[in-house]
Amino acid sequence: MIGGLFIYNHKGEVLISRVYRDDIGRNAVDAFRVNVIHARQQVRSPVTNIARTSFFHVKRSNIWLAAVTKQNVNAAMVFEFLYKMCDVMTAYFGKISEENIKNNFVLIYELLDEILDFGYPQNSETGALKTFITQQGIKSQTKEEQSQITSQVTGQIGWRREGIKYRRNELFLDVLESVNLLMSPQGQVLSAHVSGRVVMKSYLSGMPECKFGMNDKIVIEKQGKGTADETGKSGKQSIAIDDCTFHQCVRLSKFDSERSISFIPPDGEFELMRYRTTKDIILPFRVIPLVREVGRTKLEVKVVIKSNFKPSLLAQKIEVRIPTPLNTSGVQVICMKGKAKYKASENAIVWKIKRMAGMKESQISAEIELLPTNDKKKWARPPISMNFEVPFAPSGLKVRYLKVFEPKLNYSDHDVIKWSSSTFRENLPGPSTDRKTLWLTLGMDSPACAQLPPMLQLKFRTQSCAGMLSASCFLSQGGEGLV
Amino acid sequence: MTVGKDVSALFPDVVNCMQTDNLELKKLVYLYLMNYAKSQPDMAIMAVNTFVKDCEDPNPLIRALAVRTMGCIRVDKITEYLCEPLRKCLKDEDPYVRKTAAVCVAKLHDINAQLVEDQGFLDTLKDLISDSNPMVVANAVAALSEIAESHPSSNLLDLNPQSINKLLTALNECTEWGQIFILDCLANYMPKDDREAQSICERVTPRLSHANSAVVLSAVKVLMKFMEMLSKDLDYYGTLLKKLAPPLVTLLSAEPELQYVALRNINLIVQKRPEILKHEMKVFFVKYNDPIYVKLEKLDIMIRLASQANIAQVLAELKEYATEVDVDFVRKAVRAIGRCAIKVEQSAERCVSTLLDLIQTKVNYVVQEAIVVIKDIFRKYPNKYESVIATLCENLDSLDEPEARAAMIWIVGEYAERIDNADELLESFLEGFHDESTQVQLQLLTAIVKLFLKKPTETQELVQQVLSLATQDSDNPDLRDRGYIYWRLLSTDPVAAKEVVLAEKPLISEETDLIEPTLLDELICYIGTLASVYHKPPSAFVEGSRGVVHKSLPPRTGSSESAESPDTAPSGVQAPEQPAVIPTQGDLLGDLLNLDLGPPVSGPPMATSSVQMGAVDLLGGGLDSLMGGGGGFAAPSAAAPATLGAPLSSGLGDLFDLTGGVGTLSGSYVAPKTVWLPAMKAKGLEISGTFSRQVGSISMDLVLTNKALQVMSDFAIQFNRNSFGLAPAAPLQVHAPLAPNQSVEISLPLNTVGSVMKMDPLNNLQVAVKNNIDVFYFSTLYPLHILFVEDGKMERQMFLATWKDIPNENEAQFQIKDCSLNADAVSSKLQGSNIFTIAKRNVEGQDMLYQSLKLTNGIWVLAELRIQPSNPSFTLSLKCRAPEVAPYVFQAYETVLKN
Repeated sequence: MIGGLFIYNHKGEVLISRVYRDDIGRNAVDAFRVNVIHARQQVRSPVTNIARTSFFHVKRSNIWLAAVTKQNVNAAMVFEFLYKMCDVMTAYFGKISEENIKNNFVLIYELLDEILDFGYPQNSETGALKTFITQQGIKSQTKEEQSQITSQVTGQIGWRREGIKYRRNELFLDVLESVNLLMSPQGQVLSAHVSGRVVMKSYLSGMPECKFGMNDKIVIEKQGKGTADETGKSGKQSIAIDDCTFHQCVRLSKFDSERSISFIPPDGEFELMRYRTTKDIILPFRVIPLVREVGRTKLEVKVVIKSNFKPSLLAQKIEVRIPTPLNTSGVQVICMKGKAKYKASENAIVWKIKRMAGMKESQISAEIELLPTNDKKKWARPPISMNFEVPFAPSGLKVRYLKVFEPKLNYSDHDVIKWSSSTFRENLPGPSTDRKTLWLTLGMDSPACAQLPPMLQLKFRTQSCAGMLSASCFLSQGGEGLV
Repeated sequence: MTVGKDVSALFPDVVNCMQTDNLELKKLVYLYLMNYAKSQPDMAIMAVNTFVKDCEDPNPLIRALAVRTMGCIRVDKITEYLCEPLRKCLKDEDPYVRKTAAVCVAKLHDINAQLVEDQGFLDTLKDLISDSNPMVVANAVAALSEIAESHPSSNLLDLNPQSINKLLTALNECTEWGQIFILDCLANYMPKDDREAQSICERVTPRLSHANSAVVLSAVKVLMKFMEMLSKDLDYYGTLLKKLAPPLVTLLSAEPELQYVALRNINLIVQKRPEILKHEMKVFFVKYNDPIYVKLEKLDIMIRLASQANIAQVLAELKEYATEVDVDFVRKAVRAIGRCAIKVEQSAERCVSTLLDLIQTKVNYVVQEAIVVIKDIFRKYPNKYESVIATLCENLDSLDEPEARAAMIWIVGEYAERIDNADELLESFLEGFHDESTQVQLQLLTAIVKLFLKKPTETQELVQQVLSLATQDSDNPDLRDRGYIYWRLLSTDPVAAKEVVLAEKPLISEETDLIEPTLLDELICYIGTLASVYHKPPSAFVEGSRGVVHKSLPPRTGSSESAESPDTAPSGVQAPEQPAVIPTQGDLLGDLLNLDLGPPVSGPPMATSSVQMGAVDLLGGGLDSLMGGGGGFAAPSAAAPATLGAPLSSGLGDLFDLTGGVGTLSGSYVAPKTVWLPAMKAKGLEISGTFSRQVGSISMDLVLTNKALQVMSDFAIQFNRNSFGLAPAAPLQVHAPLAPNQSVEISLPLNTVGSVMKMDPLNNLQVAVKNNIDVFYFSTLYPLHILFVEDGKMERQMFLATWKDIPNENEAQFQIKDCSLNADAVSSKLQGSNIFTIAKRNVEGQDMLYQSLKLTNGIWVLAELRIQPSNPSFTLSLKCRAPEVAPYVFQAYETVLKN
């Protein structure tokens, strides 16, 4: 099992070191610094074996977290633990930075003592941990409180504490999808898949039982068998889900047997499920780039985007990111719609459009001036990426119901005041990680091109769209209306 | 303290703070104790009292904290005091304390194993497996597993169906980490039968939807292991295979570090059960922003999944990758294109043209990598793509890596006859001979010898030069020995040298970089762990006794497989892919002589070859020539040809059997055994054999040799329909499983009542042999004389009448050359093989023998054999109503007479 855990800053100085096992010596701390943090080349593997000691590391901004072991541990578990450790720290003191770690030195040791015992991960749910590891010093607890804590930490529902009370019971549900598209140089779609997340924010009292339903093909078909007339109607709208994974609160055995998603949610925000679909994906946009090289120092780029959904719908917050070569000296942009800017620090042209209706087309053209360079280092040619919000899910996923039942406090989804399905939430964080590759081969008739060595031929990749859909559902106990 | 500063001087002051009521402070003091107790054991005793007191604290959190910390203090004196509080805590009413105490037993065991056993903690721990709290169960399982690992012999984790049931129940309720402990423990269990295995699998499959990748991978491990026990005919087996694919694909959307772990494991799974992911090629396409370690792993898996169906897509992707920025990745992509060509024959042509395109880019490392893989393609498809040699030669000057240089030299040597200036090219390499790496030197030596054998007239000087460079000026024993071998071979028997050096090379295997099957099976048992990431067994990187236990997959219980007939097998469910990775005898020889570059798998044989050569050299009087100053081509020692010749030639033609051939007691002549099925083509199974006829019965004498690393069993044989209806009269009986490197001799009785189909050539026999690994096909030619029946003697009158009756156009004449027997000897020799002499005449000093024979299917053949005493050539005239058998009868005559 995990023999020790070290946290380093970007210089390789140790901020936290906690050794759990005797076989990990002090020199292990230095071995990792010398061989990985200060290594000359780029890190080639997240697992490093130095003198029969294995180091697992993850990096969060400038901070390195490394787990050390000398045994044949479960590698997947170690990484999952390191991520969890990051989550827990973020939940306690926000961003993981050198300063925050130094300021929360005592807290981190306390956490490490609790969630890792002799190298075995223990309950690491923040909800439970926060009940007895606090930054305010330990409150004197009554005996009942203490036993409640311990039963929660070890109990079956380790992610939720008892006795939560809200005046208004609210539940928010977001479906976030990103479309990943792979296209051949000829513009043919090689593969497309949607990876989606269902994120939930629950502010509910007591121990609510929730049941979540969506238009999953298997479920719909199963029900269809019972009532024959329904199959025709709902059959079309159902979607085939390739695979899904669930938060640990979901009863997996029940999903396996009945394909129903039932759970007692943790308090606050959590990711209920992730899913992946590959069939019948609606691609909301098409991106058509054109690149032409004029001489060795100039580049003409034209990108057309076409919206590909019902004209009555509106896409919002569209952002197209067109990467530029590293030796760009200046850019002139002309666009019909929205605003476009060259951002030298990001080596990209960023084009923003506030909203765009379906079945429309918009284009941007740019002239990129290049500095003549002898630099042999090649440009990695990142793909063009795109972020936007659309009021439908590209996968076709729809939320059918979300039932809530709390046996003791006796409130349930009967009291649902309002379902709202048109609210937008903030966009996906960060640039989309997936690509739509559209390789453009340059017109070989251009004379400048012939002079260039073939490897320098310029190619652009267009990148995917990250779409999202959100649907919120408000619940209230007392009957007060909420918008 | 934790950043490396020594604050042990404060020990007494810190211990004084221990009795505080502030839990946070207490924790810090405990942390201090854990770090420094070992350096100040005497002072640490002071803390014991507080520990014992805290273990009785009303607050369960403090009780647990005390017991947790005490276990971490590795001071013998303190350990003694730990026992009582620990015993109490193991039976504490609060589950939080119990789960902490469970882990503490493992800690204590690590410090003092004997103490734990004496105090009976192990039994208490076992009882905790039945605890009502799932987390206590999980921690108890974790602790027991760890203790059991350090005592491989002890029967600590005595898993039985009841306890398994308890674990499976706890599995649904405990935390994600607990689920991992339990699944890892389950994976060590060996179910009694396939029913039990199936029921466990059914209860484990829901875990595949867990958000925690480690839970998923551990579940995959359990399923992969227990699947071994399920019969392939079972519907459930197919369902399970289908259920495994989506979660594995989903793992690829996890964080990059986890993706890496998942990909390393998928690499194993794909080798073990390629059918699981065979349709999922696209998900392994590299994304622009994947970290390099993920990209490289994905590439590896793409090649493994490449097949005829998806090769076009794969190639298109690989071509894109070859223009990326990262050098390692580009190299691997180029190499992957070559591997595609070797794996999927239909794509070879496209791969070669892609490689040529890449060579045109003139990017140095791309060119070099391309040349290395083209060499492999040449070996796989000889005489097909040689037209590209010219392009390769253009890039000769840009090669600076040893592997690429060696590959290029190999190509030049191998195709010396087609490259006009081969001698100039090789000569240019020779100039800097001493600066080259060993790999290049060896290759250059071989290439020049090949060149010399092909164009002896112009290159004598060159070969002299390289041989003297290799033998006299080199310190490298491999190089020197090889030089001597060539030298002696060339000087004693150039014909033999030609046979040896220019021998036909065995084809390289389709799959490269495969993990050796037994290791693969072991690694499957370690899915999710470090071993599966490193692709090494734990013993390779874990110190001490832990991990020394070898895990193995359970044996399959279903018996359906042996019932499969070889004809249906290939179309049915694919047998687990377990190709032999060890090169065959032929390969060894190839390595010995001219193929050091060889297929990428041939690491170990390289070492062996040098050893062998050394031995030969010593025996062969190599010392003589050493002392003689390596005197050119003159006067080899007499011993050399004998000792050198024997092993070499025997290796070549497998003539070992000649000397030890099967003695014929009575009955017809039996040819020596020849290799029918080389081990290379049959995943390690080598079959050699011959046919014999004794007292009216035909039999096929086989030698099965296991050259793979795993045991072979379940042998069966079947013949295709053939011209004379040959069929096995009894099943192939191999009583015991065939262990690696073992061989078995079997005599398979044959009859001629099988179904008949005319083959071309007539005596062609197609055979299918099956074992537990796969079905293999080969064809062989049987000598016709095994079909000559005992009652083939015709009446004189009958003979005359028939002879006249058969039209003259059915007569065939043959010459049997170089036979020095006299008529009587001939007649008796032939009689042994059921060719009967009916009459003998002497006409003008020539002996005329009239003979008859009958085939199993009733065809009569009449023969007239003319023997001249002075002339060693006999004339054979054959007459038969079915003239197509005549050439084969003639062959039979020849074989019988000459042996």
